[in-house]
Amino acid sequence: MKIKDLCDALSLEVVAGNTDNEFSNVYVGDFLSRAMTKVKPEKLWITIMANTNVIAVASLTDAPAVLLAEGVKLQEEALEAAKENGICVLSSNEDAYSLCLAIGKLLRE
Amino acid sequence: MDELSLYVLDITMNSVRAGATEISVTLTQDDEYLTFSVTDNGCGMTKEQVEKLSNPFFTTRTTRKVGLGIPFLKMIAEMSGGDVKIESVSEKESENHGTTTTARFVLNHIDSLPLGDMVETVKTLIQGAPDINFIYKHKTPKGEVNLCCSDLKSVLGDISLAEPEIIAWIDSYLKEQYEAIG
Repeated sequence: MKIKDLCDALSLEVVAGNTDNEFSNVYVGDFLSRAMTKVKPEKLWITIMANTNVIAVASLTDAPAVLLAEGVKLQEEALEAAKENGICVLSSNEDAYSLCLAIGKLLRE
Repeated sequence: MDELSLYVLDITMNSVRAGATEISVTLTQDDEYLTFSVTDNGCGMTKEQVEKLSNPFFTTRTTRKVGLGIPFLKMIAEMSGGDVKIESVSEKESENHGTTTTARFVLNHIDSLPLGDMVETVKTLIQGAPDINFIYKHKTPKGEVNLCCSDLKSVLGDISLAEPEIIAWIDSYLKEQYEAIG
């Protein structure tokens, strides 16, 4: 599924980067050293962490996009890093569980 | 990395990579804080390098463009209400070069990580770099645990500290001391 189609379907805000990447799976987690080994190029990453380290982990793991849940705002420095490194960052007011339910439904369709 | 001991290992490995011949690892525990401090006589860093350390997109590695050692340490320390301080003198500036990294954690913070297994950590360090003089000290309100590799070397002569028998001896030596202050 294209990130762009996900954004349209769930009315996600695009905070940074472009939405051309595709994904077929999801990882949810806020513990960055763990996310480092779990996020994969096909896995959209849902988290409530919003610092520069998140962008670094996304860059390292080639995450197709980072989806910030519960309306958390990306810190200024992190936003700059996301733009500079071409990391797609999305945002939603929903929590991770609700997002997963909705994404699961979309991926099965 | 869900134990502080893994961060101690990670930071100490920076000192090993910096070409240090002597590295002191000191843990100090009081009622409020756990502080660990790693001091080495490695190549050190310039002021500009130190300033960039908390930025994960700065790294001395050449294999990839992201370095998360210090950024992660800083993040978990700050999340617990603590902090990280780095002081360094580059070999370009002085003959007396090296780096001290000090991380302070609030012990009973809700997001605090457990310390983990320091005996395993010390053994891993010695086994990985047996020629380095590690000086390990863990101070708690109940007493101290100490290990000085140069003392061992002066007794052992040419025998490497990485020998399984020596590592086994270090294991029991440290565990005995930990039991005494248990």
